[in-house]
Amino acid sequence: MRSFLISMATVIGFFALGVSAYSDGAATLRQGTPILTEPEAPKMNKVENKDVKRVRNYPEQPPTIPHKVRSYEISTNANKCLSCHARTRTGESQAPMVSVTHYMDRDNQVLATVSPRRYFCNQCHVTQVDAPPLVENEFIDVEHILKAE
Amino acid sequence: MLTPFKKLWGMACWIWSHGNRPAKHLSIGFLTIGGFVAGVMFWGGFNTTLELTNTEEFCVSCHEMGDNVFVELKPTIHYSNRSGVRASCPDCHVPHNWTDKIARKMQASKEVWGKLFGTINTREKFLAERRRLAGHEWDRLKANNSLECRNCHSTTSMDITAQSTRAATAHQTFLFTGEKTCIDCHKGIAHELPDMTGVEGWK
Ligand code: HEC
Ligand code: HEC
Ligand code: HEC
Ligand code: HEC
Ligand code: HEC
Ligand code: HEC
Repeated sequence: MRSFLISMATVIGFFALGVSAYSDGAATLRQGTPILTEPEAPKMNKVENKDVKRVRNYPEQPPTIPHKVRSYEISTNANKCLSCHARTRTGESQAPMVSVTHYMDRDNQVLATVSPRRYFCNQCHVTQVDAPPLVENEFIDVEHILKAE
Repeated sequence: MLTPFKKLWGMACWIWSHGNRPAKHLSIGFLTIGGFVAGVMFWGGFNTTLELTNTEEFCVSCHEMGDNVFVELKPTIHYSNRSGVRASCPDCHVPHNWTDKIARKMQASKEVWGKLFGTINTREKFLAERRRLAGHEWDRLKANNSLECRNCHSTTSMDITAQSTRAATAHQTFLFTGEKTCIDCHKGIAHELPDMTGVEGWK
């Protein structure tokens, strides 16, 4: 009997939750589309591939990638990024060398090869798409703060 | 009217009973024409077999090909792209030129051998052998100046002004000058790569 009551309460609870989400527009990601209709998928934006470097917002920011990286493999077997960005490859590729920080271990010892903690490039570096931001960005460049003073 | 056929039949029986002894009683004409007919039939049969084996379905009918390289091809640009042109296995792996084609097929017989003896019949075995297999393909494409790539992508119709700066610069400095060929720079375009340590240009 007790378990029956608990399960009834749970069912009613979920029902109420569903109804409220449905009626007061709480499910914001659906943008007010009724729960029983399939919303139209948003357009997929193209990855920017202009090969023009973007300004960094602060000196320690990992620069965003100015080119496409579709199918660039980063695995135990191969690192496509390093085939252009490694020190010895930059002559041919004309790509900027990964900075010296990428060769340092956590004690700031400079190693001969890229440090394991910098191996998975897309952990820090990302491509960009030409899309309106989903949320407002309130970031202020330190230059502006300095000027304002 | 029927005599020539009777004669032929007689000859056939004679050949049959005499096994492979020298054909001293056959006319040169018969040998030439017979040889020609047999040749046409053999060539035709060979051609048909080639056509049948020159399809993606044939290649992936072996799980060694289907479970490994085919699933990896699917997310790449050569399987699905804005132009709707799909490169299938034989486009990149079997030359379209007749003589090359036969030479390739002869090598393919070794694959059937491999199948029988299970060189790569599990994922683990495949990964262990991958460097060797990829090496064969790189060597082949290097030797024929990336012929298969060029069957679809020709440098003469490549409009570098429509390419990204990165692509245009690389092609202008190394491709058009003949210094490098497609496979030098575009390894792993269709499948995942093997362990690249020691491969030129890789870290
Ligand atoms: C074919 C060579 C090549 C490969 C492969 C490549 N890059 Fe690049 N990358 C370049 C070049 C050249 C530039 C300079 C700007 C340009 O031309 O796009 C660059 C620029 C960058 C920059 C911007 C640097 C800055 O100072 O703003 C980042 C970050 C970057 N690449 C990261 C990556 C990552 C991560 C990968 C792998 C997923 C990768 N690259 C693969 C050639 C390459
Ligand atoms: C842990 C985060 C991290 C990882 C992983 C990482 N980077 Fe960076 N990268 C940074 C930061 C932060 C900077 C800017 C400051 C600096 O140079 O250290 C940077 C700078 C760069 C630059 C610009 C160098 C210059 O002098 O203009 C390039 C190119 C680059 N990274 C490429 C790569 C590549 C390729 C990989 C993968 C092998 C990689 N990074 C992995 C954080 C990372
Ligand atoms: C009978 C099953 C089977 C079929 C069908 C098959 N393969 Fe293979 N393939 C194999 C095996 C097994 C190997 C590994 C041979 C070895 O160990 O040397 C292999 C190796 C390869 C290699 C590696 C290159 C080399 O020379 O070592 C390529 C490329 C390849 N196959 C492409 C194809 C293509 C393209 C087709 C369709 C035209 C195809 N295969 C059809 C079983 C098959
Ligand atoms: C059956 C014809 C065909 C063959 C063979 C072929 N390709 Fe392609 N390739 C295409 C098509 C089609 C595209 C996509 C074009 C588009 O829509 O942008 C493409 C795209 C590419 C791209 C662009 C990748 C990108 O991300 O934008 C490269 C690089 C490439 N091919 C290299 C090669 C190399 C190297 C070979 C030989 C190993 C090869 N192709 C063989 C048809 C082919
Ligand atoms: C010197 C190295 C090099 C050689 C040789 C080379 N490419 Fe490229 N190719 C590149 C680079 C770098 C890019 C741009 C980065 C990328 O797409 O990964 C590129 C991009 C491409 C693209 C996409 C174009 C675009 O606008 O993004 C195609 C298609 C292509 N290559 C085909 C070929 C073919 C076919 C050959 C042989 C006839 C060839 N490449 C030879 C380096 C090379
Ligand atoms: C766009 C050209 C292209 C297409 C399409 C393609 N391959 Fe490949 N394949 C290559 C290249 C180039 C290599 C050499 C290794 C590398 O660079 O990844 C290769 C390597 C291989 C290997 C050796 C093992 C390895 O992964 O390196 C096998 C087996 C193989 N291909 C089978 C196939 C089969 C089966 C198909 C069809 C499902 C196929 N390939 C489609 C270009 C292609």
